[in-house]
Amino acid sequence: MLTLTHFLTLGAILFSLSVTGIFLNRKNVIILLMCIELMLLAVNMNFVAFSRFLGNLDGQVFVFFILTVAAAEAAIGLAILVVLFRNRQTINVAELDDLKG
Amino acid sequence: MPIYEIVFYVFSSVMLAGAVGVITVRNPVYAALCLVLTFFSASAIWMLLEAEFLAIILIVVYVGAVMVLFLFVVMMLDINVAPLKEGFIRYLPVGIVVALLMAAELLVLIWSKGRFEAGAYPLPAPNPAEFSNTKAVGEWLFTHYLLAFEVAGIVLLVAIIAAVALTLRHRTGGHRQDPSMQVRVQRDERVRLVKMKPEPRQGS
Repeated sequence: MLTLTHFLTLGAILFSLSVTGIFLNRKNVIILLMCIELMLLAVNMNFVAFSRFLGNLDGQVFVFFILTVAAAEAAIGLAILVVLFRNRQTINVAELDDLKG
Repeated sequence: MPIYEIVFYVFSSVMLAGAVGVITVRNPVYAALCLVLTFFSASAIWMLLEAEFLAIILIVVYVGAVMVLFLFVVMMLDINVAPLKEGFIRYLPVGIVVALLMAAELLVLIWSKGRFEAGAYPLPAPNPAEFSNTKAVGEWLFTHYLLAFEVAGIVLLVAIIAAVALTLRHRTGGHRQDPSMQVRVQRDERVRLVKMKPEPRQGS
């Protein structure tokens, strides 16, 4: 029988995988953005599972807003990426040191 | 009812395999396609959790719009992937260690004391066939979360304007129309009245 534990475990594994992805692909901005999307998906999975098992729609509404903000974030992130590539001809994070941070 | 378990395990293994693909493949195009697979399987699992509206939204908005945007950008940029992958092997051990630690902490929290087992959170009865998840979410959204909904619309508007303003580029030497120049035009710039003598018709 499926319990809440199954879904929370799935979300936890997905979140850990995306953290690994950020470590492994720390040179490539596109893959970093994709890993952030994966993290949001893992969190959304928990929200939906809790919403189902608590019989409360608030979780689903929250996922709706997270999807909205994630779409806005992806659009702006990719726009920044396009401008970055136009100006520098690279998206390698190691070469982006203009701000001397 | 083992069919629920079968569906859950099949789609969650496909989903985790897709996530592994996203973080390991060399080519960003394949990574985006793996991400599509991951979102699709997640949508099936949400369907299993009876969140039908969000499952459809995930496919329509995420797979249909955001992932296609990712693919467009990946294909538009001519990226040399070789230098982007060079730290992969070097960071593999630390990445795996961090991920295992994090997963262990989360799983200990989830599994210990049977906190989220069926005793504490029994599986609710399935909704009746005529129940509409979309309608329920909509009613909830437009009553309790109306202000947040409006703010979400403004966030999307700001995102549209920001994306356009960031990527807008004026090429030099192109033949473009400038509407503000067009409406400000004066008569003198378009018509030149010339006074001249009338000339007799030829041959008369």
